[in-house]
Amino acid sequence: MKQLLDLAMVFGYISLLTVGGGMAAFPELKDLTVDVHHWVTFPELMHYYSLGQLAPGPNMMMVASIGAQVAGLPGAAVVLVAFILPTGLLTFGIGRLWNRLHDWPWRPSIQRGLGPVSVGLVLAGGIVLARGALTNTLTVALAVGVFALLMLTKINPAIPIVVSGLVGIGLYLI
Amino acid sequence: MKPHAAAPKGPALPLAPPPSLWRLFLGFFIMGSTSLGGGVIAYLRTGLVSNYRWLDDETFVELMAISQSLPGLNATNMSILSGDRLRGWPGAFLAALGMCLPGAALMTAAAFAVGVGGDDPLSKAFLHAIAAGAVGLIAVVMVQLGSKVLVEIADYAFVVLTAVLVAFLHVPVLYALVGVGALAIWWHRPRKGAAPKPVDPHFKDHP
Repeated sequence: MKQLLDLAMVFGYISLLTVGGGMAAFPELKDLTVDVHHWVTFPELMHYYSLGQLAPGPNMMMVASIGAQVAGLPGAAVVLVAFILPTGLLTFGIGRLWNRLHDWPWRPSIQRGLGPVSVGLVLAGGIVLARGALTNTLTVALAVGVFALLMLTKINPAIPIVVSGLVGIGLYLI
Repeated sequence: MKPHAAAPKGPALPLAPPPSLWRLFLGFFIMGSTSLGGGVIAYLRTGLVSNYRWLDDETFVELMAISQSLPGLNATNMSILSGDRLRGWPGAFLAALGMCLPGAALMTAAAFAVGVGGDDPLSKAFLHAIAAGAVGLIAVVMVQLGSKVLVEIADYAFVVLTAVLVAFLHVPVLYALVGVGALAIWWHRPRKGAAPKPVDPHFKDHP
């Protein structure tokens, strides 16, 4: 029971930090789930994140995996509700207020101000993930290759992501 | 809030009537099940604006601007906002449920599977290489997001400051968000005469 409560607190808190996307909260996700609560190891967290890339829908549904690993099905359910419900209610409420906020002079200021901060948070998340994931020349090459391919073509991101995984298997086997 | 308050302009196709709750859930469930490889927003735009014609492009961009300035996953926020526009609060609930259910169910199942075979070196090699590839994908997301919101030098300074605080000085994300956020909002504060224009997010169609 204590564990479910901890899960709810941690993932409810993390969800409030996902401004600009799930990656913005990744540094905090790593801190709390790996270093503070020891629910998963950093490699496990990365591997769930990788699986999340392969699953449809929002990538951050990988939080369900952490919940499930810690406390089975109830754990997954608690994590999902804590992760989605508070921010969902906030979005719902603001969405309804939006027309009234439309002429509020601070509204464009908030949008202009939070934009760069969310880019900075995604960058920080990327750096934290890169520290764990880019461990040798091959992994750096994969990251650069995926980046270049996606910048230069309109290919579906799923394709280079899956190909990266297959290259990883191929190099392990030879 | 009246659904479809804004009539579509120009040569755009007329909007379809708001769907039944069941059709709405099904639509979001299908988008939640097929949006592979990240970039769920592109799938949502294709689905909501082009295929189902439940929203016009202008409304989609407006809802996207709300989604990006609020905490929460963009895809979930977009589902909630468009579901509410279409069918009120039950629509918002069912849209978010449909969007998240497929991925959440798969990732829950994956935890049990990885728990069993997690030490298999082949799957480790596979997942580690995917994490590496994902770093490249995140860089792309950052460039795309940045090209929309970074206008002046100060904006770049806020990016670097946030990233350094969180990734190198280990400042909790919350403090960085509130601290740099307040600074950046103050920097872009409303000034008499020159109202700052909200940045127009633009989206590429999914191939």
